[in-house]
Amino acid sequence: MMAEGIFIYLAAAIVILSVLVITRSNPVHSMITMLVLFFHIAALYVTLNAEFLAAIQVIVYAGAILVLFLFVVLLLNLKEEMVARRYIGPWPLGVLAALGLLVVIVLSLKSFIPGPSGVFTTEVVRAETNTKVLGQILFTEYLYPFEVVSMILLVAIIGAIVLAKKRLRN
Amino acid sequence: MPSAFLPEEYLPIVIFMMIVIAFGLGTLAAGIIFRPKRPYREKLVPYESGNPPVGEPRYRFSVKFYIIAMLFVIFDVEAVFLYPWAIVFDKIGLFALVEMLLFIAVLVVGYVYAWKKEAFRWD
Repeated sequence: MMAEGIFIYLAAAIVILSVLVITRSNPVHSMITMLVLFFHIAALYVTLNAEFLAAIQVIVYAGAILVLFLFVVLLLNLKEEMVARRYIGPWPLGVLAALGLLVVIVLSLKSFIPGPSGVFTTEVVRAETNTKVLGQILFTEYLYPFEVVSMILLVAIIGAIVLAKKRLRN
Repeated sequence: MPSAFLPEEYLPIVIFMMIVIAFGLGTLAAGIIFRPKRPYREKLVPYESGNPPVGEPRYRFSVKFYIIAMLFVIFDVEAVFLYPWAIVFDKIGLFALVEMLLFIAVLVVGYVYAWKKEAFRWD
Protein backbone atom coordinates (compact mmCIF):
# COMPACT_ATOMS: atom_id res chain seq x y z
CA MET A 1 0.00 0.00 0.00
CA MET A 2 2.82 2.32 1.00
CA ALA A 3 4.78 1.40 -2.15
CA GLU A 4 1.77 2.18 -4.32
CA GLY A 5 1.37 5.55 -2.63
CA ILE A 6 5.00 6.43 -3.28
CA PHE A 7 4.70 5.34 -6.89
CA ILE A 8 1.56 7.39 -7.42
CA TYR A 9 3.25 10.46 -5.93
CA LEU A 10 6.35 10.01 -8.09
CA ALA A 11 4.40 9.30 -11.27
CA ALA A 12 2.13 12.31 -10.75
CA ALA A 13 5.09 14.55 -9.90
CA ILE A 14 7.01 13.38 -12.97
CA VAL A 15 4.08 14.07 -15.29
CA ILE A 16 3.37 17.48 -13.77
CA LEU A 17 7.04 18.50 -13.77
CA SER A 18 7.48 17.35 -17.38
CA VAL A 19 4.55 19.52 -18.42
CA LEU A 20 6.04 22.43 -16.47
CA VAL A 21 9.42 21.96 -18.18
CA ILE A 22 7.95 22.40 -21.65
CA THR A 23 5.49 25.16 -20.76
CA ARG A 24 7.71 27.62 -18.85
CA SER A 25 8.51 30.58 -21.06
CA ASN A 26 11.69 31.39 -19.17
CA PRO A 27 14.18 28.68 -20.21
CA VAL A 28 16.14 28.97 -16.97
CA HIS A 29 12.97 28.23 -14.95
CA SER A 30 12.43 25.31 -17.29
CA MET A 31 15.89 23.99 -16.45
CA ILE A 32 15.34 24.28 -12.69
CA THR A 33 12.09 22.36 -13.05
CA MET A 34 13.98 19.76 -15.04
CA LEU A 35 16.46 19.36 -12.20
CA VAL A 36 13.61 18.56 -9.79
CA LEU A 37 12.23 16.20 -12.46
CA PHE A 38 15.54 14.32 -12.69
CA PHE A 39 15.58 13.82 -8.93
CA HIS A 40 12.06 12.42 -9.01
CA ILE A 41 13.02 10.01 -11.79
CA ALA A 42 15.99 8.93 -9.66
CA ALA A 43 13.61 8.23 -6.78
CA LEU A 44 11.45 6.20 -9.16
CA TYR A 45 14.48 4.08 -10.08
CA VAL A 46 15.15 3.47 -6.39
CA THR A 47 11.63 2.10 -5.94
CA LEU A 48 12.25 -0.14 -8.97
CA ASN A 49 15.21 -1.71 -7.17
CA ALA A 50 17.68 -0.05 -9.55
CA GLU A 51 19.88 1.92 -7.20
CA PHE A 52 22.79 2.18 -9.59
CA LEU A 53 20.55 3.64 -12.27
CA ALA A 54 19.28 6.13 -9.69
CA ALA A 55 22.85 7.16 -8.89
CA ILE A 56 23.59 7.56 -12.62
CA GLN A 57 20.44 9.63 -13.00
CA VAL A 58 21.73 12.03 -10.36
CA ILE A 59 25.41 12.01 -11.38
CA VAL A 60 25.09 12.08 -15.16
CA TYR A 61 21.70 13.63 -15.85
CA ALA A 62 21.26 16.07 -12.96
CA GLY A 63 25.00 16.74 -12.80
CA ALA A 64 26.25 16.86 -16.38
CA ILE A 65 23.50 16.76 -18.99
CA LEU A 66 21.51 19.48 -17.27
CA VAL A 67 24.59 21.70 -17.39
CA LEU A 68 24.78 20.97 -21.11
CA PHE A 69 21.14 22.01 -21.54
CA LEU A 70 21.73 25.13 -19.48
CA PHE A 71 24.65 26.10 -21.69
CA VAL A 72 22.51 25.62 -24.78
CA VAL A 73 19.94 27.92 -23.22
CA LEU A 74 22.59 30.52 -22.46
CA LEU A 75 24.32 30.14 -25.83
CA LEU A 76 21.18 30.86 -27.75
CA ASN A 77 19.67 34.26 -27.49
CA LEU A 78 16.16 33.43 -26.37
CA LYS A 79 14.74 36.90 -25.91
CA GLU A 80 12.02 36.43 -28.54
CA GLU A 81 11.01 33.05 -27.15
CA MET A 82 10.54 34.49 -23.70
CA VAL A 83 7.84 36.91 -24.82
CA ALA A 84 6.26 34.90 -27.65
CA ARG A 85 3.03 33.03 -26.99
CA ARG A 86 3.33 29.31 -27.29
CA TYR A 87 1.19 26.42 -28.39
CA ILE A 88 -0.95 28.36 -30.78
CA GLY A 89 -0.25 25.69 -33.39
CA PRO A 90 -2.59 22.85 -34.27
CA TRP A 91 -3.26 21.66 -30.72
CA PRO A 92 -6.20 19.36 -31.65
CA LEU A 93 -3.67 17.36 -33.66
CA GLY A 94 -1.53 17.00 -30.56
CA VAL A 95 -4.48 15.86 -28.47
CA LEU A 96 -5.37 13.35 -31.17
CA ALA A 97 -1.81 11.98 -31.22
CA ALA A 98 -1.77 11.73 -27.42
CA LEU A 99 -5.09 9.88 -27.40
CA GLY A 100 -3.83 7.52 -30.08
CA LEU A 101 -0.74 6.80 -27.98
CA LEU A 102 -2.96 6.20 -24.94
CA VAL A 103 -5.01 3.66 -26.91
CA VAL A 104 -1.83 1.87 -27.98
CA ILE A 105 -0.53 1.79 -24.40
CA VAL A 106 -3.82 0.50 -22.99
CA LEU A 107 -4.07 -2.18 -25.70
CA SER A 108 -0.49 -3.33 -25.15
CA LEU A 109 -0.95 -3.39 -21.37
CA LYS A 110 -4.04 -5.58 -21.79
CA SER A 111 -2.03 -8.23 -23.56
CA PHE A 112 0.90 -7.87 -21.16
CA ILE A 113 2.38 -11.18 -20.06
CA PRO A 114 5.23 -10.99 -17.51
CA GLY A 115 8.24 -12.92 -18.74
CA PRO A 116 9.77 -15.81 -16.81
CA SER A 117 11.69 -14.74 -13.73
CA GLY A 118 15.45 -14.97 -14.20
CA VAL A 119 18.25 -15.59 -11.72
CA PHE A 120 18.26 -12.04 -10.42
CA THR A 121 14.93 -11.68 -8.68
CA THR A 122 14.13 -8.71 -6.48
CA GLU A 123 15.19 -10.63 -3.37
CA VAL A 124 18.55 -11.68 -4.83
CA VAL A 125 19.36 -8.18 -6.02
CA ARG A 126 18.35 -6.75 -2.67
CA ALA A 127 20.54 -9.15 -0.76
CA GLU A 128 23.53 -8.56 -3.03
CA THR A 129 22.89 -4.84 -3.68
CA ASN A 130 22.17 -3.60 -7.16
CA THR A 131 25.57 -2.12 -8.01
CA LYS A 132 27.39 -5.31 -7.04
CA VAL A 133 25.16 -7.51 -9.18
CA LEU A 134 25.52 -5.13 -12.08
CA GLY A 135 29.28 -5.00 -11.74
CA GLN A 136 29.60 -8.77 -11.59
CA ILE A 137 27.65 -9.23 -14.80
CA LEU A 138 29.11 -6.23 -16.60
CA PHE A 139 32.74 -7.12 -16.00
CA THR A 140 32.47 -10.85 -16.74
CA GLU A 141 29.61 -11.72 -19.04
CA TYR A 142 29.26 -8.40 -20.84
CA LEU A 143 32.95 -7.61 -21.05
CA TYR A 144 32.96 -6.96 -24.78
CA PRO A 145 30.06 -4.46 -24.76
CA PHE A 146 31.76 -2.72 -21.87
CA GLU A 147 34.95 -2.25 -23.88
CA VAL A 148 32.89 -1.12 -26.86
CA VAL A 149 31.50 1.64 -24.63
CA SER A 150 35.01 3.09 -24.32
CA MET A 151 35.20 3.21 -28.13
CA ILE A 152 31.83 4.97 -28.32
CA LEU A 153 33.00 7.51 -25.75
CA LEU A 154 36.21 8.01 -27.73
CA VAL A 155 34.19 8.71 -30.86
CA ALA A 156 32.09 11.16 -28.86
CA ILE A 157 35.20 13.01 -27.63
CA ILE A 158 36.67 13.28 -31.11
CA GLY A 159 33.34 14.24 -32.65
CA ALA A 160 32.73 16.96 -30.09
CA ILE A 161 36.19 18.47 -30.59
CA VAL A 162 36.11 18.25 -34.39
CA LEU A 163 32.72 19.98 -34.56
CA ALA A 164 33.41 22.59 -31.91
CA LYS A 165 36.95 23.49 -32.95
CA LYS A 166 35.93 23.99 -36.56
CA ARG A 167 33.38 26.52 -35.41
CA LEU A 168 35.92 28.28 -33.23
CA ARG A 169 38.41 28.91 -35.99
CA ASN A 170 35.89 30.59 -38.26
CA MET B 1 3.49 -8.42 -12.02
CA PRO B 2 6.52 -8.13 -9.73
CA SER B 3 5.75 -7.42 -6.12
CA ALA B 4 5.87 -3.81 -4.96
CA PHE B 5 9.31 -2.96 -3.73
CA LEU B 6 9.80 -0.62 -0.82
CA PRO B 7 13.39 0.43 -0.14
CA GLU B 8 13.23 1.11 3.59
CA GLU B 9 16.91 2.02 3.80
CA TYR B 10 16.17 5.15 1.81
CA LEU B 11 13.85 6.48 4.51
CA PRO B 12 16.57 8.70 6.09
CA ILE B 13 17.14 10.34 2.69
CA VAL B 14 13.42 11.00 2.32
CA ILE B 15 13.27 12.50 5.82
CA PHE B 16 16.37 14.57 5.05
CA MET B 17 14.81 15.87 1.82
CA MET B 18 11.61 16.75 3.67
CA ILE B 19 13.55 18.69 6.32
CA VAL B 20 15.49 20.52 3.59
CA ILE B 21 12.32 21.49 1.72
CA ALA B 22 10.55 22.44 4.95
CA PHE B 23 13.52 24.57 6.03
CA GLY B 24 13.69 26.35 2.70
CA LEU B 25 9.97 27.03 2.49
CA GLY B 26 9.80 27.88 6.19
CA THR B 27 12.58 30.46 5.89
CA LEU B 28 10.89 32.09 2.92
CA ALA B 29 7.52 32.06 4.71
CA ALA B 30 9.08 33.57 7.85
CA GLY B 31 10.64 36.26 5.69
CA ILE B 32 7.30 37.11 4.10
CA ILE B 33 5.62 37.30 7.51
CA PHE B 34 8.20 39.30 9.46
CA ARG B 35 9.91 41.62 7.00
CA PRO B 36 8.62 45.17 6.47
CA LYS B 37 6.98 45.72 3.10
CA ARG B 38 7.81 49.04 1.43
CA PRO B 39 7.97 48.30 -2.29
CA TYR B 40 9.09 50.99 -4.70
CA ARG B 41 10.36 50.95 -8.24
CA GLU B 42 14.10 51.24 -7.56
CA LYS B 43 14.06 48.05 -5.51
CA LEU B 44 13.21 46.05 -8.62
CA VAL B 45 16.21 47.38 -10.57
CA PRO B 46 19.21 44.99 -10.78
CA TYR B 47 21.92 46.03 -8.34
CA GLU B 48 25.08 47.25 -10.02
CA SER B 49 27.01 48.80 -7.15
CA GLY B 50 24.82 51.86 -7.04
CA ASN B 51 25.10 52.79 -10.72
CA PRO B 52 22.12 52.64 -13.04
CA PRO B 53 22.23 49.26 -14.84
CA VAL B 54 23.71 49.33 -18.34
CA GLY B 55 22.95 46.87 -21.16
CA GLU B 56 21.15 43.55 -21.16
CA PRO B 57 21.23 41.25 -18.14
CA ARG B 58 21.26 38.22 -20.47
CA TYR B 59 24.11 37.96 -22.90
CA ARG B 60 25.29 35.06 -25.03
CA PHE B 61 27.86 32.80 -23.46
CA SER B 62 30.96 31.75 -25.31
CA VAL B 63 30.80 28.40 -27.07
CA LYS B 64 33.94 27.44 -25.13
CA PHE B 65 31.81 26.73 -22.07
CA TYR B 66 29.88 24.26 -24.16
CA ILE B 67 32.95 22.34 -25.30
CA ILE B 68 34.08 21.97 -21.70
CA ALA B 69 30.59 20.83 -20.70
CA MET B 70 30.47 18.27 -23.52
CA LEU B 71 33.85 16.82 -22.57
CA PHE B 72 32.73 16.79 -18.93
CA VAL B 73 29.66 14.70 -19.80
CA ILE B 74 31.82 12.14 -21.62
CA PHE B 75 34.35 11.79 -18.81
CA ASP B 76 31.50 11.74 -16.30
CA VAL B 77 30.03 8.71 -18.06
CA GLU B 78 33.47 7.13 -17.98
CA ALA B 79 33.73 7.74 -14.23
CA VAL B 80 30.31 6.18 -13.66
CA PHE B 81 31.67 2.82 -14.84
CA LEU B 82 34.27 2.94 -12.07
CA TYR B 83 31.64 2.62 -9.32
CA PRO B 84 30.44 -0.95 -10.06
CA TRP B 85 34.01 -1.87 -10.96
CA ALA B 86 35.30 -0.72 -7.57
CA ILE B 87 32.62 -2.74 -5.78
CA VAL B 88 33.30 -6.05 -7.54
CA PHE B 89 37.05 -5.55 -7.85
CA ASP B 90 37.88 -7.86 -4.93
CA LYS B 91 35.85 -10.65 -6.52
CA ILE B 92 37.18 -10.52 -10.07
CA GLY B 93 40.70 -9.33 -9.24
CA LEU B 94 43.43 -8.97 -11.84
CA PHE B 95 41.08 -9.63 -14.75
CA ALA B 96 38.96 -6.63 -13.72
CA LEU B 97 42.08 -4.48 -13.39
CA VAL B 98 43.24 -5.36 -16.90
CA GLU B 99 39.88 -4.68 -18.51
CA MET B 100 39.47 -1.39 -16.69
CA LEU B 101 42.99 -0.33 -17.71
CA LEU B 102 42.06 -1.18 -21.29
CA PHE B 103 38.88 0.87 -20.95
CA ILE B 104 40.75 3.85 -19.55
CA ALA B 105 43.58 3.50 -22.09
CA VAL B 106 41.12 3.97 -24.95
CA LEU B 107 39.75 7.06 -23.27
CA VAL B 108 43.23 8.40 -22.56
CA VAL B 109 43.70 8.41 -26.35
CA GLY B 110 40.67 10.71 -26.52
CA TYR B 111 42.04 12.78 -23.67
CA VAL B 112 45.40 13.22 -25.38
CA TYR B 113 43.61 14.10 -28.61
CA ALA B 114 41.57 16.75 -26.79
CA TRP B 115 44.73 18.07 -25.16
CA LYS B 116 46.66 18.23 -28.45
CA LYS B 117 43.74 19.91 -30.18
CA GLU B 118 43.87 22.50 -27.39
CA ALA B 119 40.29 21.86 -26.36
CA PHE B 120 41.20 22.71 -22.76
CA ARG B 121 42.77 26.04 -23.65
CA TRP B 122 40.67 29.07 -23.14
CA ASP B 123 41.98 31.49 -25.80
